[in-house]
Amino acid sequence: MGEYLKTADSDWFKQRLIVVMYCVIAAFVVLICRLFYLQVIEGEEFRRLSENNCIRLQSIDPQRGLIYDRNRVLLVDNRPSFDLSIILKDAKPVDDTVEKLSGYIKVPADVLMSKIKKCKGISIYKPFLLKRDIGRDALAAIEAHKYDLPGIKINVRPRRHYINRQIAAHLIGYLSKISSDELKSGKYPACRSGDFIGKFGVEKAYGAYLRGKRGGRQVEVNATGQVVRILRTVDAWPGHNIYLTIDLKLQQKAEKLLEGVAGAIAAIDPATGEILALASSPSFDQNSFVNGMSHKQWHALVSNRFRPMENKAVQGEYPPASIYKIVTAIAGLEEGIINNNTTFYCSGHYKFGDRDFRCWKKRGHGNVDVVRALAESCDVFFYQLGQKLGIDRLAWYAKACGLGAPAGIKLDQEASGLIPTAAWKKRRTGIAWLQGETLSVAIGQGYNLVSPLQMLVLTSAVANGGIRYKPLILKTIETSEGKIISDDSLHTKRKITGKLPASRQTLEIVKKGLWQAVNVRKGTARIARIDGIAISGKTGTAQVVGRQQDEDSDEEDRAFHLKPHAWFVAFAPSDDPKIAVVVIVEHGEHGSTTAAPIARELIRTYLGKLET
Amino acid sequence: MFDRRLVHYFDWGLLGLTIIFGFVGILILYSAVMAGTPGPQKMLCIKQLVWYFIGLVAMVISFLFNYKMLERWAHAIYAICIMLLIAVLFFGSYAGGAKRWLILGPVSIQPSEMVKIAVIIILARYYSKHANIGGLTLRELITPLIFTLIPFVLIVNQPDLGTAILLILIAGSMTVFVKIEKRSYIYITAFCSISIPVIWFLLKEYQKQRILTFLNPDRDPLGAGYHIIQSKIAVGSGMIFGKGFLQGTQNILAFLPEQHTDFIFSVLAEEWGFIGSLIALLFFLLLVVRGLTIAYGCRDTFGTILAGGITILIFWQIVINIGMVMGLMPVVGVPLPFISYGGSSIITVMICIGILMNISMRRFLIE
Repeated sequence: MGEYLKTADSDWFKQRLIVVMYCVIAAFVVLICRLFYLQVIEGEEFRRLSENNCIRLQSIDPQRGLIYDRNRVLLVDNRPSFDLSIILKDAKPVDDTVEKLSGYIKVPADVLMSKIKKCKGISIYKPFLLKRDIGRDALAAIEAHKYDLPGIKINVRPRRHYINRQIAAHLIGYLSKISSDELKSGKYPACRSGDFIGKFGVEKAYGAYLRGKRGGRQVEVNATGQVVRILRTVDAWPGHNIYLTIDLKLQQKAEKLLEGVAGAIAAIDPATGEILALASSPSFDQNSFVNGMSHKQWHALVSNRFRPMENKAVQGEYPPASIYKIVTAIAGLEEGIINNNTTFYCSGHYKFGDRDFRCWKKRGHGNVDVVRALAESCDVFFYQLGQKLGIDRLAWYAKACGLGAPAGIKLDQEASGLIPTAAWKKRRTGIAWLQGETLSVAIGQGYNLVSPLQMLVLTSAVANGGIRYKPLILKTIETSEGKIISDDSLHTKRKITGKLPASRQTLEIVKKGLWQAVNVRKGTARIARIDGIAISGKTGTAQVVGRQQDEDSDEEDRAFHLKPHAWFVAFAPSDDPKIAVVVIVEHGEHGSTTAAPIARELIRTYLGKLET
Repeated sequence: MFDRRLVHYFDWGLLGLTIIFGFVGILILYSAVMAGTPGPQKMLCIKQLVWYFIGLVAMVISFLFNYKMLERWAHAIYAICIMLLIAVLFFGSYAGGAKRWLILGPVSIQPSEMVKIAVIIILARYYSKHANIGGLTLRELITPLIFTLIPFVLIVNQPDLGTAILLILIAGSMTVFVKIEKRSYIYITAFCSISIPVIWFLLKEYQKQRILTFLNPDRDPLGAGYHIIQSKIAVGSGMIFGKGFLQGTQNILAFLPEQHTDFIFSVLAEEWGFIGSLIALLFFLLLVVRGLTIAYGCRDTFGTILAGGITILIFWQIVINIGMVMGLMPVVGVPLPFISYGGSSIITVMICIGILMNISMRRFLIE
């Protein structure tokens, strides 16, 4: 009985519903009162505000972070750009205003008018950009006649400036206007059309840190568009400053050494993995992207047959040629197929099946051990070693040496290269692996492809005793007040990505070979020798095969494109390496004559600088 | 098969209101999209019309069966909606920084809209079994809390703060309507006054900033604060008689980013003035009162609570949306029933109306 009385029945709910009804009516009364207040009591004022559309937002662009080299030398900064825009609603009569304006900025009035007419969809209440970066003289003239020029606005916007033209352009990258696809992608939530974003290199990879945060102002303007009152201001936050690992002096030297050829140089500190220089040739002017370039200029840049827009050190893929012999030697020593006393006889060629594999030295090297084979780059030695190893063992060692996979530099589009295996070929072509192909692979030809950066990391690992470090391009990131930002995702800390599959003993043998290559009479890299500095290195001459040529390319052009690429890797000083270098010169013919002197000069510059 | 009394008791008034709202909604949407910037937006009117007709079908389906079936299906409906929300988590598509939509062929649906009804149904079922004159004890509140918190967490993570808060408001109002024991009130108040400072302390700085901005849009003068100012200018500048259809200048200049969805009331107020807005508000009030009358007239507890809950949902959406447009409420993405553009929102409202009609026409039927 008691339980029954406690049950909530219809009548009980009816009482509660009446209370709900009162609450609902009260809420609506509040809404109606508010409506009455806004529309009737304050309506006049709001009507006035709406008529001129008085309250507007002005954006305050943040200062983008600066970029320095490892010694705090400024590489990239911002300078003010005075952008001229017009608000059509305020600029009445438009023809008149534009006419006057054209005199100050020295642009014919009809050019300006046609520019305005071309953009039909633009809002007459929003500033429309007439001319970017009008310069200080025009600015002074316009400011002086400000009251004569209704609706004309000058915005000071920071504009990216790359101080050293064409230096480290591929590493630093460039800014350019955000495209509508990028806006839609949702990757740049804070950006608007007309903003500049990093499109390449560090500017892109660390764009989120460099960008800063936009600020703005709520302002009230009068009928001619002049600001009467600033209602609210939100300050812009400047972006973070970036300190790269490169050394400007060394970088400039590298760029100079590459002048007139297509190719790349990269240098690394073997003890940390910090990239000291990263040059790719030909280069391009980053400022032209910020200033905007004509269709013709752009076309010339992208259709240039020397591919200036490609960072050849990171994105380029080439056959490793004789430099690969380092890998073959490690594999042979580690697998116990050879030791430092094992010799093979080189008669200048090696017959395998029905094919004759030649050594680069026609007369042959005679009996060679592994150290001499590396120093003199004997092909026949490595043909025989490769044959004994077999393709899959060789590929395992190559991959363990970091080849066939990106080295992990924080730049876009890093090439991974290609390390072929029997299974890969079967999958790819459907044809079984041929024994003879192993021989080509063993000396770095055949299907093998590597990037200069991978070879650099390999050389650096040989130099430092077998540790593969992640190549770093960033030393620190600091806020504009100088506070260091530490975050693992920044890639500023030394990081081991792997170890060479080689014992200390094996590495000593390989290093001896590389030392002899430069420092004994018959060594292939003898040209790289400098008195007083012990350099170790390995040359490479990559045969170019099967490159498809354009129909209309002339004979000379074709001959050029059939010339081999010249490689050289080196580190110095040999016993206590401070720098490792990779040089590739496309179609430079011989590693020993073209690439080795470049590396020598770079090392001389760097170590000479360390001493002073 | 079909009981003729059903036709006799059919709620023609509610149908009339629905049709009027549909008509007014299209008219205002037309103004919002036609006057603004050119572009693909013009298609929205036609799309909205299609949504209305789909909504009408959904409404009819919602009153054809006896609403008492909902009591039996409550758990299944709830489970399906939760699964859809989880599906959004994994397969949802991004738009404007949030993952709210499921793309099913040509249409994208927003499960967080549907889940509101599912929560109302499952709570109505639970409360119809546990309601008593003394009020709900703490122990009895645990189950409804879990029913609400599961979708709440899923929606907050999308993130869709507006819908999540709306969900809490609806569940909370329903619970208060059913009555909570006095002792429970004291416990809840004590718990909140301790836990809220603790949670505040645990929040990250940017989360605190977001909540503060949410409560006070003035803190964000370039975003929400600016929208509120523009919205208030739009509403206020309508004055008594409005600027006339398609004549709203704030509307034409497209100063509000969501003028065809969340801020659509500002278009109505600017173009139709105080008189038009007042009439619209009174019609909305009529709708809510009609809903409460249906709850009043219903004779079983489940039906009463269900009708009450659905009316509360419609009520909160109206008050939050219009309050926001007039600068009384935080800026949250809650659509105005019938008027705001959006398929999921229209269909949800129509289903709500359908269920109200269902309860209304079966009030005298005894199995």
